[in-house]
Amino acid sequence: MSLQTDLARVRGLGSAKEGTGHWWAQRLTAVALVPLGIWFVFAAVSLAGADLGEFRAWLTVPYNLILMVLLTGVLFHHMQLGMQVVFEDYIHSERSKTVVLILNRFIAVILGVSCIIALLRVAFGG
Amino acid sequence: MAEFSLPANSKVVEGKTFPAPAGAARVKKFKVYRYDPDKNENPRMDTYEIDLDACGPMVLDALIKIKNEIDSTLTFRRSCREGVCGSCAMNVGGTNTLACINAISDFRGDIAVYPLPHMMVVKDLVPDLTNAYAQYASIQPWLQADTPAAPGKERLQSPEEREELDGLWECVLCFSCSTGCPSYWWNSDRYLGPATLLQAYRWIADSRDEYTGERLDALEDPFRLYRCHTIMNCTNTCPKNLNPGKAIARIKQKMVERR
Repeated sequence: MSLQTDLARVRGLGSAKEGTGHWWAQRLTAVALVPLGIWFVFAAVSLAGADLGEFRAWLTVPYNLILMVLLTGVLFHHMQLGMQVVFEDYIHSERSKTVVLILNRFIAVILGVSCIIALLRVAFGG
Repeated sequence: MAEFSLPANSKVVEGKTFPAPAGAARVKKFKVYRYDPDKNENPRMDTYEIDLDACGPMVLDALIKIKNEIDSTLTFRRSCREGVCGSCAMNVGGTNTLACINAISDFRGDIAVYPLPHMMVVKDLVPDLTNAYAQYASIQPWLQADTPAAPGKERLQSPEEREELDGLWECVLCFSCSTGCPSYWWNSDRYLGPATLLQAYRWIADSRDEYTGERLDALEDPFRLYRCHTIMNCTNTCPKNLNPGKAIARIKQKMVERR
């Protein structure tokens, strides 16, 4: 039971004075993904049936490699931002929310970095 | 986690039926949500058959007729009966609205009447708005200025500055929008909801107010403001045809503008 006033409860711990950065980043990454996504679809179609050698030749073209690395980075950043919002919406226990948000960020970074390293290895051999 | 089904003691059951008087030519069925906290019973849907030839034109008229002539135990809020007080906000025919400005003839078939969704029910169609009102109070909905008004004068606004408040001042705080917002359903403990955010913007947009920055500071929060995911139920349901979604977008715009 709590004898706190309604206003005290609503004011709670006050405003976090942040959230705009997250919101803006989510919009920016979404906008960036439109051209990157369209480009990727065309690239994937043009590469249909290609073997590793052909793909490597394609990926070593600087323009393709740059766009692939950008697409991967922006994609995983956007994914992390979006999943964070979903978890904040639906998980109401502070403890599990904190754990899930940490895992969300770790997984996004690990997957994103792994994908970029994979791209670089394919492009530069090894 | 969010709850997606009602607890057992909140499941709505079939209630009583009150038939129309013999000889009634135009009969309309109203299915009304009933819950009495003094009885240890589940909520139920009572059916009232109304003779439209002996009833006023609006949904609220039918509810008043039910209370006056058929079943005085029915409880609901009402006051002005012309859409300016916001008291009779309820869910009519699946949409949050004001019962007093909706004509019965606009609804086809039976009319289902529920209290505003996802709120604690005090009795029948009366939801507990304590939290929503406290959230409204938390945004300090009054003019704040350090510069004193000239003695005996009003604080002046140009016609253009006054126009900024159109579409905001008309809000009657019925909370149809907030209680129609899924984000408010899940997180009303921290998310302020569209009604309160529209009111917050009403003061941010007021050229006479000198505390715009402080107001934005108080709103800049992942939950208070940014739980809005532009679902737009608020704008769809507003019985006054206002656009809370746009007001919230304007607040977000100002947040980016001042970075």
